[in-house]
Amino acid sequence: MEQLVYKKPDSIKDDFKISFCPGCDHGVAVRLVAEVLDELGVREDTIGVASVGCSVFSYDFFNVDVVEAPHGRSLAVATGVKRSKPNKVVFTYQGDGDLASIGIGETIHAMTRGEKVTTICINNTTYGMTGGQGGPTTLLGQVTTTTPQGRKVEVSGYPLKVSEILKEVDGTAFVARVTLDSPQAIMNAKKCIKKAFEAQLKGLGTGFVEILATCPTNWKMTPQEAHARVRGEMSEVFKPGIYKDRVSEAK
Amino acid sequence: MKKEKELLKGNYAIAQAAIEAGCQTYFGYPITPQSEIGEYLSEHMPEHGRTFVAAESEVAAINMLLGAGSTGLKTMTSSSSCAVALMQEGLSFIAGDEIPCVLVSVMRGGPGLGYIYPSQGDYYQATKGGGNGDYKLVTYAPDSVQECIDLTYKCFYVSQKYRTPVCLLADGMLGQMMEPAVVGEYPYPEVDQSSWALDGAKGREPRFIASIEREQEGLRKRVVKMFEKYNQILENENVFEKYEVEGAKLVITAFGSIARIAKAAVKKARKNGLKVGLFRPILLNPFPEKIVSSIAQKVDGILDIELNCGQMLQDVKASVAGVASIPVEFFGRPAGMMMTVEEIYEQIEKTYKKIVENKYGTACI
Repeated sequence: MEQLVYKKPDSIKDDFKISFCPGCDHGVAVRLVAEVLDELGVREDTIGVASVGCSVFSYDFFNVDVVEAPHGRSLAVATGVKRSKPNKVVFTYQGDGDLASIGIGETIHAMTRGEKVTTICINNTTYGMTGGQGGPTTLLGQVTTTTPQGRKVEVSGYPLKVSEILKEVDGTAFVARVTLDSPQAIMNAKKCIKKAFEAQLKGLGTGFVEILATCPTNWKMTPQEAHARVRGEMSEVFKPGIYKDRVSEAK
Repeated sequence: MKKEKELLKGNYAIAQAAIEAGCQTYFGYPITPQSEIGEYLSEHMPEHGRTFVAAESEVAAINMLLGAGSTGLKTMTSSSSCAVALMQEGLSFIAGDEIPCVLVSVMRGGPGLGYIYPSQGDYYQATKGGGNGDYKLVTYAPDSVQECIDLTYKCFYVSQKYRTPVCLLADGMLGQMMEPAVVGEYPYPEVDQSSWALDGAKGREPRFIASIEREQEGLRKRVVKMFEKYNQILENENVFEKYEVEGAKLVITAFGSIARIAKAAVKKARKNGLKVGLFRPILLNPFPEKIVSSIAQKVDGILDIELNCGQMLQDVKASVAGVASIPVEFFGRPAGMMMTVEEIYEQIEKTYKKIVENKYGTACI
């Protein structure tokens, strides 16, 4: 007897073509979001916001209505969508350059207003699409194309810790930082993404998940080495965990 | 029921017209001389079950408009000069996305922070834009509180019908002055947006609204289609005023508040036997080039009058070039000082004598 054990989520398009580099965690992250949309039964009521960076092509994958935002402005666009259609499920899928650098203002203010939206942020400590420049989350000492001597405090300051900032913002209802470096971590990431959507569905406020993700191409590492980096030096600075959970408190 | 005339401030008139037009969401950030629009809507939008959001910046406000407009519902922001400058990236995206929305731009003096006095220094900003790429921001310019109302309606209608951002270009004088006006009923039919707007892919293929276009040919076609749309707007939605242009030897070109003062000067000139007329484009962008060209072929000269250093002047000159060998003179004053009827009349007289009667030598600024 045949038994179906694994299938493409309905929230992923049938004719999708993965355009991410080999070993990049974006593909796993996109799939987890799609699985959560399926499980919550909200695919047909969802409007996604695509941002600029490697995440821009999320509309190639997500089988939902999507609007594209200018660089950094996803949460302002999401605000406009959600305030117009309060009964729809609205989410943004952004990179760390988009959310934490050029879009940090929109991010903090949308979440301060407690917009009932969900935000997934891929933190890979670099500007991936433009070829690996130093960004707001680049670790001290990390070599990038614009920090060839390694990031120095006196030149570029410190890496920005987004989850630690957003947990202090009163309008957020769920804030977590997760990794995708093992099956267990992936299961945990999915649980957190689901809670970030539940925060919105229950009207509690903004749900936010920061995903520590690999960028083997720009890090010049194998996928295995890249995940070891996530587990090692990245997790030391950006500590994984649930920073705020009003969803469980509300249960 | 016919509504009564009442004494209305321009900014409040625009805000009331937005509600009457069915604007569902407003996003804005305060800046003088237009702050009353947001203040009024913060109080009255909720009463109508509509939404007011105080954006954290004009950058955020225009992107909220992008999101709100993508759902097909009528949406608006209002701002001024240095703050409209912050919206240019968003406007380019919205134009490329073909999203309908309305921007009310109440000009103040510039450059930079300038000051809150009336000015027409943002003709270029509205009609030439600071956003990247090939697009036009469709722009209407009122000259009275009544036109602020009527053109707010027009802006919503044109934006929805042609799926494009539309700008109402007023100035500090129009925003702050009071005069009798009627906020009548929204006179246009509702335009169905359901074939493209985002509301969740229920029982249909998902939709994607974006300016990104990876296919070279696709991007070319998209831009060509946008420009076909601008041509249709010029053909179908053009609004202008011609006053005493028939038989005139000298025609004044002017828009917005200064055109109204110029009209009074033209009346005086006619009274004194000078054959002077006025052409006031109300649709500024796309510019009604053909009308100016046809006027140019029948007159001895044109005097362009603006509250700036000569911005619409360039469009007037471009319309005249190649069709008529007539002088295009300019009388302008930048940043904040209105001209009186008397001052404009003197300039008309001087220019008339120089061009038509060929008596005097120099003129202008």
